[in-house]
Amino acid sequence: MKPVYIIADNIITSLGFTTAENVASMKNNVTGLKPVDIASLYPSPVILSRIDKEAMESRFLMVLQKYKKSSPLTFYTRLEKLFLISIADVLSKTEIIPADSRTLLVISTTKGNVDLLEERYKAVFNHRRLFLWELGRLVSEFFGFRNTPIIVSNACISGLVAITTAARFIHSGYFDHAVIAGGDIVSEFVISGFQSFQALSPLPCKPFDLNRNGLSLGEGCGAMALTSKPTGINSVPVRFAGGAITNDANHISGPSRTGEELSLAINRALTQAYLSPDEIGYISAHGTATPFNDEMESMAIGLSHLSPVPVNSFKGYWGHTLGAAGVIESVAAIHSLRTGDLFSTAGYEQPGVSVPLNVLKHHETRSIQSCLKTASGFGGCNAAVVYQKL
Amino acid sequence: MELIVTSYCHIHEKKVVINDRLVFYNENILNFADFIKSVYKQEEINYPKFYKMDSLSKLGFLAAEMVLKEKPVTGYDSDAVGVVLSNSSSSLDTDIIHNDAIKDRTNYFPSPSVFVYTLPNIVIGEICIKNKIKGENAFLVSEVFDGKLLVNYVGGLFLRFGLEACLCGWVELLGNKYESLITLVEKADITSRESATGFKSLPFTIKDLNQLIEHN
Repeated sequence: MKPVYIIADNIITSLGFTTAENVASMKNNVTGLKPVDIASLYPSPVILSRIDKEAMESRFLMVLQKYKKSSPLTFYTRLEKLFLISIADVLSKTEIIPADSRTLLVISTTKGNVDLLEERYKAVFNHRRLFLWELGRLVSEFFGFRNTPIIVSNACISGLVAITTAARFIHSGYFDHAVIAGGDIVSEFVISGFQSFQALSPLPCKPFDLNRNGLSLGEGCGAMALTSKPTGINSVPVRFAGGAITNDANHISGPSRTGEELSLAINRALTQAYLSPDEIGYISAHGTATPFNDEMESMAIGLSHLSPVPVNSFKGYWGHTLGAAGVIESVAAIHSLRTGDLFSTAGYEQPGVSVPLNVLKHHETRSIQSCLKTASGFGGCNAAVVYQKL
Repeated sequence: MELIVTSYCHIHEKKVVINDRLVFYNENILNFADFIKSVYKQEEINYPKFYKMDSLSKLGFLAAEMVLKEKPVTGYDSDAVGVVLSNSSSSLDTDIIHNDAIKDRTNYFPSPSVFVYTLPNIVIGEICIKNKIKGENAFLVSEVFDGKLLVNYVGGLFLRFGLEACLCGWVELLGNKYESLITLVEKADITSRESATGFKSLPFTIKDLNQLIEHN
C-alpha cells in the first residue's frame, strides 16, 4: 500500500486567507464569530463567522492575475472565488502538476452554489452553476486538472470523506497526487434551515461546555495536497495513517444514543494506522456545541479509550463550516501535530458532557506524534482520520 | 477478489426492473409522486416513515428495499455492509422546496422536516436505518453515471477495508425526471451466484454497470 503524505495546505475563514493567518489569529485568541445583522442575509440578527468580501476580492484578483484569466470578478460566485483562492495557495506551495494524469482533484461541499436559487442571482448566473459537478468543472478547468474531479457531498463529514477518498485512491495506486478542497458559504438557505431546527446558539457556540446551546455557522474553505512521492517536503512530514466512515443507522437528524458507531470509525482508523489509543496525542473533535452532538462524541471517545487525550473543537473560532470543516480542521490539527502548539476550545468554560474529556481550555504546547480528527453529520454519518508525524 | 452483483433494481421512465424482470410499468402515471406511491403499494412494503421522506429518498429507499427483498444482507455483521451512492443533482429537488419556503419574507415557513433532506446522503441514512447497515458510506456527485468511480471506490473497500457487502449505485431525481440503479455487490466466494428467483449474478465491472443503466 502506497504511503500518503500531506505536503501543503490552506485555510480560509473570517480569521484569514492562509493557514498561517488562521493559526496566528487563534494563537491570539481571536474568534471570528460575531453578531451579524444584514437584512438581505437573514431577517433577524444571527451569530456568524463571515469572510470579508473586499479582502476576499483583493486576494482573488491576485489569483486571476497569476493565472492570466481575463474573466471579470463578477463571473465567479462567492464560493467559487474561495475554492480558487484556496487551491491556488496550495498549488503555489507544491510541485504537483494539475495537468498530470496521475493527479486527482477532490471537491467537498454540502451546498455548493445553492445561494444562486435566490431571485437576485437568477438573471446573473446560469442555472447550471447550481450543480455540484459544474462547480467542480469550473474549478478543475481554471487550474487545468486533467482528470474529472471527484465530488463528495456527505453532510458535515464531507471534508473527511474527501480526504479519505483521495488517500484511498493513492493507496490503491490509481493516482500519485491529490488536491482536496472543501468549502461552503453562509447563505440564507442554510441559516434558515438550521434556525428551523432551533440548532443555532443565540451566543457564540460553546463546544463541550455545560451551557452549550447550539452551533454557530461559519463560512470557510480549505485545501490540502497529498502525495505518495514526498519530494520537496520543506516542513515536518506528516502522513495520512488511516480513515474510516460508519453510519449510526439510528436517526436522520439526531446522533447515535450510544456513540458506538463513531467509536467504530475511530477504532478502524486506529487499526489502519497500526496505533493503539494511548499513542494518540491529541483529538480534533467535531464539537459543534449542540447538546446531542457533543454528548455523543464524548461517549464515542470514551468507548475508544481516548478520554484522557487532549481534545478541542475549532468551532468557537470559525463556526461550523459544513463541507469545509473536515478539511480546515484537519489542516489546523496537522499544524498542531507539526509544531506541538495545541489550541484552546474557544467558548469552553466548564465540563458539560457525561463522559469526562480532557477538553483544552487554554493553548498548550505538547510534543505529539499522532492525532485523530473526527466528524459526524446528518444522515447518521461518522468519520475518523488519523494523521501521524514521521 | 471476485466481486459480483447478486441483485439489482433499476427504476426509470415509469418502469421498475428487478433482476432482469419488469415488475412495474404504468404509462398512464405522469408524475413521480404518483409513480413511487404506486410502486410502494404494489410491493407491499409497510414502512410508515416512507411517507415522510422527500422524493430522492423515496426513490433510493424503494430501490434498495427491492434489491434486499431478493437478496437480504441480514447474514452479515451490520458494520460489514456499506452503502455508496451517487447522482447528478445532489438534493436540488428538495433544495428548491426549502428555498420556496424562504423567498417571501412575509410568508416565511422553513421547516426542519424539509431542510434535513437538503443533503443527498440522507437517502443513505434512510436505507441504513431500515436495514441496520452501519459500515462504510459515501455520497458522490457526477454529471452522469460514473461506473468507473463506483467500481474503483467500492472495490477498494472490499479489498482493504473489510467490507463484505455493499449497496452501490445511482439515485437521481429532479422534478419528474428520475432514474435509480441500485446494485448489491458481494464476494463471489462467500455467496451463492444464483438468487432464489433464478437471477444469475453479474460481474461487478464498469461495463456491466453501464449495460444495466443503458439497456433496461
